[in-house]
Amino acid sequence: MASVAHSFMKIFRGSSAGPDQIAAPAQKSKRLTRRSSGLAELAKSFASEEPLCVLDLGSTSAANIRYLTGRGHKLYSEDLLVASTEPSLATKDEAGKPVLDSKRFLSDNLAYGPGQFDVVLCWNLADYLDESLVKPVMGRLWSLMKPGGMLLAFFHTHEAGPDAPCYRYHIVEGDILEMHHVDPRREVRKGPTGVSHTTIGTGVRLQRVFNNRHIENLFRDFSSIKFFLARDHIREVLVIR
Amino acid sequence: MDTPKMAEFAHIGKSVVVKGDLTGSEDLYVDGQVEGSIDLQGNSLTVGPNGQIRANVSAKTVIVQGKLEGNINATERVDFRKSAIAVGDVITQRVAIEEGAYFKGKVDIGKPESPGGRSEFKTDRETVSPVANRAAAGTGSPIPGVTGKTPVTDIKKV
Repeated sequence: MASVAHSFMKIFRGSSAGPDQIAAPAQKSKRLTRRSSGLAELAKSFASEEPLCVLDLGSTSAANIRYLTGRGHKLYSEDLLVASTEPSLATKDEAGKPVLDSKRFLSDNLAYGPGQFDVVLCWNLADYLDESLVKPVMGRLWSLMKPGGMLLAFFHTHEAGPDAPCYRYHIVEGDILEMHHVDPRREVRKGPTGVSHTTIGTGVRLQRVFNNRHIENLFRDFSSIKFFLARDHIREVLVIR
Repeated sequence: MDTPKMAEFAHIGKSVVVKGDLTGSEDLYVDGQVEGSIDLQGNSLTVGPNGQIRANVSAKTVIVQGKLEGNINATERVDFRKSAIAVGDVITQRVAIEEGAYFKGKVDIGKPESPGGRSEFKTDRETVSPVANRAAAGTGSPIPGVTGKTPVTDIKKV
């Protein structure tokens, strides 16, 4: 009965949000909330009285700063997705294929001491980061984490489709995340005739879809992996260093 | 934007370049370039949209609309507006960040560094994770259901 009522309301709202996604009041600015089982697991650590060292790799979030520092933890913020769009990183590999310079990227970013972090919030970074940076970044994260430290990452499933929107994640409560759609960016490109065309793109696009085996390979140096399959085409992964 | 009235603030215009240590006992608005350090104990610093600062900053409040590269020690609050690009560590009591602002660094919320230069914050250089401590004392993993000793994959449908 409840599911019939839910479907009925979906028709009238025109929303595709599942039970895990609840339309937030600020619907106009594309804000959604969702429950996160991975975050719920992490919240048990955040409740600890011992100060944790947390690295947030998503967009700068006042909510996350407030949530974590309010509990006495230390927060480091670094938006790797924005950093990866630095034009000077573009180079070519031995086969002449355009790639990003991962060595330079890692010398400019994630420059911390080894074994510094208890928790890394990766969010959806791996899905949107350039292919040439994914493995080097995960390798660096492994070295930056303390033994027993935890990393939370989200991965889209195939059902999400190639145009899956990119979100910023803001922690609201123990297991509730607010998701802000990354704003469209106006891009000017020259066409073949030399005339400038203005297009509006999302700025970042889903680069690939990892299946379970890919994810296990990506985190093979870590000691354990826990998957949470959500109904909104997101696979949450909590890994332990 | 929030350009203050000239009479209320000392003002560094966008064509001005300052290299060295800036100290003062009044509020300061910087829309130009400053390289060195800025010390405005008890007063506020506003970095305008054209402002480019490469300096460690001490002030009561710091509002950033432009670029700031350096550590911020604000006794009251730090405010990153949407056009802000800030790289460095922040020690303050309150932080406000507008959507779109870019920040890279550490945030410590609490009592800022005392004038004597000694921080009241503990260092981060712990070699063993508190999470790991808990794991060692308990089931071997801070995550219930995961042993943590050998690679384990656990799939749950939620």
